[in-house]
Amino acid sequence: MTIYNQISSNKARTWLIFILFVFILTGFFFLIGKLFDSSSAYLVFGLIFSIGSTAVSYFYSDKIILFTAGAKPATKKDFFDFYTVTENLAIADGLSKPKLYVINDPSPNAFATGRNPKHAVICATTGLLDKLDRAELEGVIAHELSHVKNYDILLSSIVAVLVGTVALASNWLMRSLWWGGIGRRDSEDREGINPIMMILGIVALIITPIVATLIQLAISRKREFLADASGALLTRYPNGLARALEKISSDPEPLRTATASTAHLFITNPLKQKKASSWIISLFSTHPSVEERIKILRSM
Amino acid sequence: MNITTILIVAAVLLVLYLIGTYNGLVVLKTRIQEAFSGIDVQLKRRADLIPNLVETIKGYAKHEKEIFENVTKARSNLMSAKGPQEKAEANNQLTGTLKSLFAVAEAYPQLQANSNFKELQRQLEDTEDKVAYSRQFYNSNVLEYNTKIKIFPTNLFASMLGFKENEFFAANEEERKKVEVKF
Repeated sequence: MTIYNQISSNKARTWLIFILFVFILTGFFFLIGKLFDSSSAYLVFGLIFSIGSTAVSYFYSDKIILFTAGAKPATKKDFFDFYTVTENLAIADGLSKPKLYVINDPSPNAFATGRNPKHAVICATTGLLDKLDRAELEGVIAHELSHVKNYDILLSSIVAVLVGTVALASNWLMRSLWWGGIGRRDSEDREGINPIMMILGIVALIITPIVATLIQLAISRKREFLADASGALLTRYPNGLARALEKISSDPEPLRTATASTAHLFITNPLKQKKASSWIISLFSTHPSVEERIKILRSM
Repeated sequence: MNITTILIVAAVLLVLYLIGTYNGLVVLKTRIQEAFSGIDVQLKRRADLIPNLVETIKGYAKHEKEIFENVTKARSNLMSAKGPQEKAEANNQLTGTLKSLFAVAEAYPQLQANSNFKELQRQLEDTEDKVAYSRQFYNSNVLEYNTKIKIFPTNLFASMLGFKENEFFAANEEERKKVEVKF
């Protein structure tokens, strides 16, 4: 796969996800509306809500993600290496320099977000900037710049925001079901809650795998290999990124501000779960194994 | 369909092809020019840092007149150089004289501790990186263009339309080697 069809495939998938998202969420509201005998009102509301959130996710995904990650803008004075390395690699790639942000966290990691190369952000943790030397940092930034150039950032940022929205909406619907259900049965005793609890369970059961599958559909693990490779082409020094990945993966600290909906953005999995902790984690495994990536980089 | 129609269609197709080729090559050529001015900006930045650096070192090492003169001369050569090849040579020459300048500076521990000197050194190293990276961008554009005009069938028309091969911006070998730091 070359970078050019990677770009068009990312744009096409973004559209696909927008459409899927609007359909699923509107259908979901419609079904809930049926329960309350006001399906058309719920349908309209669901449509407005889902279209509104896709629009917001397109234009503001980077800001939302940076906000939830607790990132602050990085200045040249305080983060000289981070700033100049990004500036240099952007020159080598013929891109304009992305905006730079820093998360104050000892766990080394980095991600890129934004909707296109002109509106791109690269964000690194202070742990990463402290632990890596300049050549390793170049490797990481070149990897992130490849995500920017490939439009990976568009797709993964939108997925992050929409997945977050689905979680929020299902949580919210559960509450409305709860209160709506109780209002309807206020003459009855507490036995009336049991079917609602069952619905809640079913809702959670339906929503979670959908969300997981959506992420899996959108975030192919191949993109990490492609970004590694084009990053190495940019720095002409694959060993820098290989060493950086070793350092990042050998660090046991998880990143505090990363969540399941933003994990796929990072250069390596920021959640650092133990192998057999939960079946849901394997569903969310959005990164190829670091050992394999290092092996490929070393053989370049 | 008679023979004249066929000829007319063929001629129109050929003209369309030529227009497409011409425009494609113009785009590539403009990109090269832009990439070259990118190198120029960095070379100018580099040249601008040098007078300050020389002044700072002079404050500690007055007797190294010859080296200062060499650096200043190399700098003005770089400022007046034209075209990729000349600029690349002047830049390499400057790199050589700067090397001896820093070798001299090593002998003055007070200079090494000077924060102004350290800052200038850092800026200069960063600018050298930027020169290297903008050169990489320029050369990859030149490569794309040069390949295109040499490939069949574009090669049949490229020279006719006035497109010539472009010069690469040559780096000197040791400069591009990465410094491996092992602990």
